[in-house]
Amino acid sequence: MMAVAGGGILLALFIFVPLVLGLAGWVLGRRQAGFSRWLTLAANLFNLCLAAVLWLGAAGATHFPGLAAPGAGSPWLAELHVPWIPGLGVSFSLGLDGLSLTMLGLTALLGAMAVLSAWTGITKRVAFFYFNISLVLAGINGVFLATDLFLFVFFWELMLVPMYFLIDIWGHENRHKAAVKFFLFTQVGGLLMLVAIIALAVLHSMATGAWTFALRDLMGTVVSPVIGMLLMLGFFAAFAVKLPAFPLHTWLPDAHTEAPTAGSVILAGLLLKTGGYGLIRFAVPLFPAASRAFAPVAIGLAVAGIVYGGIMAYSQKDMKRVVAYTSVSHLGFVLLGIYAFTPQALSGAVLQMVSHGISTGALFVLVGALQDRIHTRDLDRMGGLWAQVPRMGAAALVLCMALVGLPGLVNFVSEFLVLVGTWQVSPVATILAGLGLVIATVYALRLFQTAFHGVPRETWTLADLSARETGTLFLAIALLVLFGLYPMPILHMVEQSVSGVLAVIAAGGGA
Amino acid sequence: MLSWTWCIPALPLAGFLLLAIFGGRFPKGATAAVGAGSIGLSFVAATAASAIFMVSPPGGGSFTLVLWQWITVGGFSPSLSFTLDALSVVMILVVTGVGFLIHLYSTRFMADEEGYSRFFAYMNLFVGSMLILVLAGNLLLLYLGWEGVGLCSFLLIGFWYKDPENGRSARKAFIVTRIGDVSLAVGLFLIATTLGTLDIREIAQKATSQWQTGSTLAVAVAALLLGGAVGKSAQLPLQTWLPDAMAGPSPVSALIHAATMVTAGVYLIARTNALFTLAPPVQLAVGIIGAAGVLVAGLSALTQRNIKRVLAYSTMSQLGYMFLALGIGAWSGAIFHLVTHAFFKSLLFLGAGVVILALNHEHDIYAMGGMARKSPFTFWMFLIAAFALTALPPTTAGFASKDLILALAWQSGSAGRVFWALGLAGVFVTSVYIFRLVFIVFAGNPRTAVAEGAHGGGGHAAGRDGMQAGAAMGIPLAILAALCLAGGFLSLPHDLGGTPYLLNFLHTALPAETMPETPLRTEWTLQLVSEAASVLGIPVAWLVYRRSRRVAAVAARPAAIVRFLQGGWGFDWLYDRLFVRPFVWLSRINRRDVVDRISDGVGGLFMLLSRAFRWTQNGRVRWYAAGLAAGAALIVAAVVLL
Repeated sequence: MMAVAGGGILLALFIFVPLVLGLAGWVLGRRQAGFSRWLTLAANLFNLCLAAVLWLGAAGATHFPGLAAPGAGSPWLAELHVPWIPGLGVSFSLGLDGLSLTMLGLTALLGAMAVLSAWTGITKRVAFFYFNISLVLAGINGVFLATDLFLFVFFWELMLVPMYFLIDIWGHENRHKAAVKFFLFTQVGGLLMLVAIIALAVLHSMATGAWTFALRDLMGTVVSPVIGMLLMLGFFAAFAVKLPAFPLHTWLPDAHTEAPTAGSVILAGLLLKTGGYGLIRFAVPLFPAASRAFAPVAIGLAVAGIVYGGIMAYSQKDMKRVVAYTSVSHLGFVLLGIYAFTPQALSGAVLQMVSHGISTGALFVLVGALQDRIHTRDLDRMGGLWAQVPRMGAAALVLCMALVGLPGLVNFVSEFLVLVGTWQVSPVATILAGLGLVIATVYALRLFQTAFHGVPRETWTLADLSARETGTLFLAIALLVLFGLYPMPILHMVEQSVSGVLAVIAAGGGA
Repeated sequence: MLSWTWCIPALPLAGFLLLAIFGGRFPKGATAAVGAGSIGLSFVAATAASAIFMVSPPGGGSFTLVLWQWITVGGFSPSLSFTLDALSVVMILVVTGVGFLIHLYSTRFMADEEGYSRFFAYMNLFVGSMLILVLAGNLLLLYLGWEGVGLCSFLLIGFWYKDPENGRSARKAFIVTRIGDVSLAVGLFLIATTLGTLDIREIAQKATSQWQTGSTLAVAVAALLLGGAVGKSAQLPLQTWLPDAMAGPSPVSALIHAATMVTAGVYLIARTNALFTLAPPVQLAVGIIGAAGVLVAGLSALTQRNIKRVLAYSTMSQLGYMFLALGIGAWSGAIFHLVTHAFFKSLLFLGAGVVILALNHEHDIYAMGGMARKSPFTFWMFLIAAFALTALPPTTAGFASKDLILALAWQSGSAGRVFWALGLAGVFVTSVYIFRLVFIVFAGNPRTAVAEGAHGGGGHAAGRDGMQAGAAMGIPLAILAALCLAGGFLSLPHDLGGTPYLLNFLHTALPAETMPETPLRTEWTLQLVSEAASVLGIPVAWLVYRRSRRVAAVAARPAAIVRFLQGGWGFDWLYDRLFVRPFVWLSRINRRDVVDRISDGVGGLFMLLSRAFRWTQNGRVRWYAAGLAAGAALIVAAVVLL
């Protein structure tokens, strides 16, 4: 069945354009490295334009052929179904809704930022580097689009391998250990999810006699509460590792710290978001009853992550480790928002994925730029850098304020929505998470002041941000401010997806 | 008619953007023109808006301008909206008016500093945020301004960023106020979820109709808002950041830490007076915090050696009077004192700035002296401000507002009498600390050589007097002094002619004080008693001054009680041990992340197991056979036994 052909084909482009251009870049880039750079950038810019066009169509600003009108009954704006393994009911099924589209736009944006951040810094095996970047981005786009669980697992694994290479080949001092740790953590989680998916498909086929891996069909599967909880935990394990949720976060500081700048940007900005996306798209709708029962635990883990990540961020000496732990803290808000099951909290969680993606992605670009200049990430060796690099300092200041959650930046809107939505469910969790906002102030000010204020502890001679770096960071900051004052485009875009998930939860059916 | 009011905050913000992006390339003149000019234009706009507002008041006494819908999710839909009513009109006039004078002064004061454009960028951002705060018709937008001014306060306290001590003070200010901010935010969550709105007008209406007076919900909401207010306004128990905030340049202290930002807490409580009226215990707490703050801070001011720290404690003490007024429901009285305080306290800080610059950034008052002869103009300006602070004639500003607060306190029941007594004691202490400062700094002989064009190009300007320093620094001082002299005419007490213009105007936005008809004799008596306390302070201050000259000469270690007061009653010491050290310790001890050790442990366990199993694969057939036999025996045993 080929539903809504026009729109559906476009969805495949999100995955195949980076794949094909990345491959072409690898082949051509062996002679002339510049090809791989430009082709990868072109793929991301193409996807960005594609997302923008679809966005305008979905928002009803322009008529777009093949795109379902919003609110037309189907949750999907566009779908693509191509049979793959008919015997098992596996099909190459993609579906686009507001949530997917938001994440695809973010992927293209951060993908472009990542390429630009690596523009001159990568000198070793350049073509293969950009091929890996393209491959991981294609995998991420697949994750954001797949509506067949088998296909989803395929893309889930597809993101993993190139990321492993990015860390292991182009990383810093302890890259091998960090890469293995990243691989093992993610793989164990992924395996548990795979087991759960297969079990769910088996249970479904036993009940109905038909094999299928389609999300839509599996959603109605009736299982006992205990089985439902076990299967849900299988999904949760995979997504909680990726998110990362406390106490499964420990791979993240190592991976972040050792990855090359572009890798950190993609890791923090996008890969972590697949965890949140997976919870919203799969774990919760497939197992609403189990998710409801599990919610208090998830909320507890979220709050623990917010506070623990914040405390850890304060004492780190490695700049990238600081940012990594702030991610643990801020992704706690995503987990909190998802399991509060209120419109504000869930919208806030989605918005938090966007705001954290942009702000932390930009922060990694900045830290990378600084490391390229002084060849260290050790905060104890910095200090007083403002005098030499005021532009970099100003960018760092804004991004640290994003960590703090200063109003006027989109991070504030998302955190505020999560907290106001959680208050209705658990005031205690809200207050404890609010404590995280104070801790955020403490670590963000330390990060900024230690590097840029005070007296220089060592003599560095460094140049301020280049035009390319300034442009990248300026774009990110402009978006943070724009959505901070007017987040409605994103909130509108995800409204239907959010209410869909909440409707499933509220219906009370399923496992 | 008023739909253009958005440009009142937009002008300073535009100035900020210009300076932030192009400031580095501007010559100093252009920077000054943009920096001060944007505030000047904003003042013009604010004046025009106020004039229109007063000439043709909008229906209901308030005008609302909705810019756009900020957020809409599931019934929660705060908008970006500005409200112009009597309260915000008064606030924007103070913020832009005093703000412009301080910017003008700064064009000269900061002339020799590195980061001239950075300074004005921060200052413009501050004024823009402060204007958003006072114009916001919605608590969420108010919160945006609230956090914005906090950021600017942080940036400007740490303006001289090369000194780590300044950075520490800046960080402290941000973090301590942020604790209050989170309390305020939690208050917003509570309001949003129970009343379904953050619009200030709707909150007042809904709360009044839905909540019982003294109900738990009302008390909780008011208490959380109060948490925010004490943080921003440096009141007990979150007051510790303000003295350290004096690390910033003097114009910053004048604008942010005297005239405007620190009064945001007072503004917030006045703005949400309906909620505090519904929560009598919290309102009483506001009064207690204020009355205690008057004395706690006043006594600390008495012992300080740093000229700006004296003024900082003085600010805390004066804010205490405003809280006291709020505590007895004198909303307009609190705002009146906010206005007059903005005049005299910024004049004190700007005057102190001239002295500090003249003495090459000397802050220790024991190193000063004889400035009256060296800088007669500054001396007279400072003296006028000191008179206004102590509510003595011929100035009217402080007298009219403080007298009003004390008179209202006297008349508001038994708690009010206690507040009155504490406030009266505060009047005496105020007089002592400020005249001690005046005598030490301006009387006697100079102890530090006055810089005569010694340091850099601007030294000639700073070295001499405010008046000779040029119009840029002299004119703001003179205008502020004029306001100190005449400010009381905004609302003179009714036994002295009674010109309650400002109070009547404010009463269109705030509930009027329930003031029983007072006999004229009581009013006279109260005024005379308070004036007597002020006058009595002057000779006492002289005695303190005489003694201090001797003490300073021998550089004696001060008595324990003096050290206790100097250190701000040990709050810093206590908080350091209660919060700072445990947090830092916890964070440091766990730097390597104990959770990570667990996952490493799992990894280690697998290594151990793999080594153990490797040992079993040793290739000896006899071992394998033994293993097989043992396994078979085990299985057989299990089957038989079970």
